Amino acid sequence: MAQLIIMPKLSDTMEEGAVANWLKKEGDSIEEGQDLVEIETDKATMTYSSFAEGVILKILLAPHKAAPLNAPMCVIGKKDETYNLDELIQKAAANIKPDKKSGDKKPAPTKPAVSPPAASSSAHTPPADARVASNERVKASPLAKKMAADKGINIATISGSGPSGRVIAKDLETVSSGASGPRAVRSGEDRVIANTMMRKTIAKRLLAGKNEAPHFYLTVSADMSRMNDWRVRLNKEADKTGVKVSVNDLVTLSVAKALVKHREINASWQGDSILEYGNVHVAMAVALPTGLVTPVIRFTDQLNIREIAKQSKELAGKAKDGKLSNEDYAGGTITISNLGMFGIEEFTAIINPPQASILAVGATILTPFVDAKGLVVVQPRMKITMSCDHRVIDGVMGAQFLQTLVSYLEEPLNML
Amino acid sequence: MSILTYREALGRAMTEEMVRDPKVFLMGEEVAQYNGAYKVSKGMLDRFGPERVIDSPISEGGFAGLGVGAAMVGLRPIIEMMTWNFGIQAFDQIINHAAKMLYMSSGQFNVPIVFRGPNGAAHMLAAQHSQTIEGMLTQVPGLKVVTSCNPADGYGLLKSSIRDNNPVIFLESEMMYAMKGEVPDDEHLIPLGVGSIKRAGQHVTLIAWAKMVSRAMDCAEQLAAEGVECEVIDPRCLRPLDEEMIFNSVRKTHRIVIIEEAYQAASVGSYIAEQVQRFCFDELDAPVMRVANEFVPMPYAESLEHLVMPEVERIIPVIKQVLYMR
Repeated sequence: MAQLIIMPKLSDTMEEGAVANWLKKEGDSIEEGQDLVEIETDKATMTYSSFAEGVILKILLAPHKAAPLNAPMCVIGKKDETYNLDELIQKAAANIKPDKKSGDKKPAPTKPAVSPPAASSSAHTPPADARVASNERVKASPLAKKMAADKGINIATISGSGPSGRVIAKDLETVSSGASGPRAVRSGEDRVIANTMMRKTIAKRLLAGKNEAPHFYLTVSADMSRMNDWRVRLNKEADKTGVKVSVNDLVTLSVAKALVKHREINASWQGDSILEYGNVHVAMAVALPTGLVTPVIRFTDQLNIREIAKQSKELAGKAKDGKLSNEDYAGGTITISNLGMFGIEEFTAIINPPQASILAVGATILTPFVDAKGLVVVQPRMKITMSCDHRVIDGVMGAQFLQTLVSYLEEPLNML
Repeated sequence: MSILTYREALGRAMTEEMVRDPKVFLMGEEVAQYNGAYKVSKGMLDRFGPERVIDSPISEGGFAGLGVGAAMVGLRPIIEMMTWNFGIQAFDQIINHAAKMLYMSSGQFNVPIVFRGPNGAAHMLAAQHSQTIEGMLTQVPGLKVVTSCNPADGYGLLKSSIRDNNPVIFLESEMMYAMKGEVPDDEHLIPLGVGSIKRAGQHVTLIAWAKMVSRAMDCAEQLAAEGVECEVIDPRCLRPLDEEMIFNSVRKTHRIVIIEEAYQAASVGSYIAEQVQRFCFDELDAPVMRVANEFVPMPYAESLEHLVMPEVERIIPVIKQVLYMR
C-alpha cells in the first residue's frame, strides 16, 4: 500500500516547515529508520527518518518552499505501484487527531498546487532560490510579469502573495528596480532576502510578545567591583578547572538566585491565571549571523558558577553550529540579553513569550559615582533594564527583584 | 431637470420623436387603447390617433414582420414587445429579415426600426417569463442592442435608437418602469455605442448594464466602507460595445468583474471577458471574473429566484477575490 508522508511536527512551536534537502530521490528505495529528508523548522534543520519502507514513488514538496504541518511531502510504496493521490490525502486527513492542547483540528493535508520537480540525484540541493535553479514555472499575474520586466527583476526571485503563491502587482510595488538605466549616480542594488524559518519565527514571536504583553521598563545600575574581583580570582584557576567565567555567567547566577527569592517574577501570564514556575530556567540570547536564539540553562539556581559557565559555553557553541535540540530551547522562565560586549550602555528588550520578563544587560563602564558619603568615586558600573509584562509583574515587584539582584551583583556573598 | 419615472421617460422619448418625425409610429399589443401593458405609451393614442399608435393582434411574428416591411418602404416603426419572452416569437423576422435586409439587398433597403420591451426576470414570473435575450441578439450582425439603467439614459438612448437607420433592439425592465430619476428638460440624445462611468474608482472595474447597474452600485457602496474604490461602468449599448471605455478602466484598476443577468455561456459578459484578456492581458493582476445567473431555468419561488440572480452577497466575494482580499 502506498503511503503519504506528511510534514511532521518537529517542535512544539512548529507551524510550518520547509524541505532543506531531500536525502532520497524518486525511485530510491528506503528502509524504516533510514534518513529521508532534512527539514528546516522554525528552530533548526533536522533530519527526518522514514517510518515507512519501500520506494519513493513521488516527491511532492520542492526544497525551500514553506509548507504547513501535515502538508504532503512524498509518497512511499512498492516499486511501480499505482496509487491515487487524492485518496491518500483524504486518508491522511482522516488520521489527523485534533491538537490536544488547543483542541483545534490541525490543518489537513491538501493536494499541492503543482508537482515540484524531482529531487536531484545529488544529495546537495541548490542553495539559492529553488525556483530559479529548477526553472519551475513561476505563477504571476500578467501585470506582475510586465512590472517585473519593466523593473528588470527576475520574477522567480519574488515570493508571491496571491493564491498558490501567485506573484501579483502588490508584491512588486515594494521591490526596487534592478535595471541599469542612464543615471548620474551609481545606485546600489536592493536585495530581496527570503525569510528563513528562523527569521519568520523571530518576527512572529517578538511581534506577539510586544503586542500581547504590556511592557514597562525598570533600569538600575550596579557597582561591579566585587563581581569583577571574584571573576578575576575564578579565572586564575581556569587552567585547573578548564572553565572561564564571563560577566554574563555571573549575572546569570545572580539572576537565578534572585528569582528564588522573588518567585512572583519567575512566572507567566496564562489568560485566566498566572503560572508561577516551580523551577528557575534562565534563557540566554545568543546572536547568530542568521538571527537570534535563546537556549535555556536548566535549573539555573541549583548550579554553581562554573557549571553555569560550562553550560552557557556549550549552548552557545551548539547554537552557532545549528545543533540545538528542541530540549535546549524549551521551558525558559526568564531571558537575559547582553550587549555589553559591544559597548552598549543600556537598552530595552522585548519579552520572549510566555515569559514575563527579560533583562537587557549593558556594558560595565568605569563611571564617576557619588557614594553614600557624598564623595565622588570611580566605579565599574553596569546597567540592567528589565522589561516586565505588567499583567504579571507590577512596578514594585519588579523594583524589589532588581534591588535583590543589585545587592547580589554588588556583594556576591549575599547570595550565600 | 425634471424627475420622471423610467416609463414616463421612455414615453416622452417616443412622443417627442413622433412629434418631430411623422414617419415614426408605435405598434404592439395593447399599446393604444390600454395605454400599454406597462403604461409606457400612456396618452399617446389620444395625442397621435389610431393611425400612428396601433393595437396589434397577439401575433409577435406578424406585427414584427409588418414593422420590417414598413421600415423597408420608408417608415420608422417602434414595435413594442409586451415582454421579450414573447418577442422570441418574432426572432425569425428580427434575425432573418430586419438584421439581414440591408446586406441581402446590397444596401438598397435600410430597416430603421426599434423593437423595444422589457427583458430579464421581473418578480416571480418563472422560467418562461424571466429570460434575457441580449446574449442571443448581440450574436446577430446587423442589429444594435441597447440597454439603459435609469430614466435619463432610457430617454436619451431611445431617442437615438428611433433616429438610427438600423434595426435596434431596445431592452427595458418591468422592475425599472417605476424607477424615478432626473431627466434633462431639453432634448437630449445619447449616441449609441458610448458607455457611461456610473461611479469612478481605482481599485476594481465592475461592468454591469440594465438593472445589474444598481447591484454593482450597491456593491461599490458597501466596499467603499472597506476602503475599496470600485469603478462602475455601464456600457449601455451591448452592440456596438464601448470596448475602449472598458479597456481604459482596466488599464487603471488592473482587475475586472462582469455582472450580468444572463447565463455565463456565450454571453455578452463572456465576450467582454475575452476582449479584456486579449487587449489588456498585460494589465491584469487577477483573472477576469464574472457573476451571472445560475445555469437553471428561473424558479418561480421567490427565495430561489434570488439565489439564481446575481445578488450583492454573491458579487462581493468575487470582487474581493480579484482584489486578493482575505
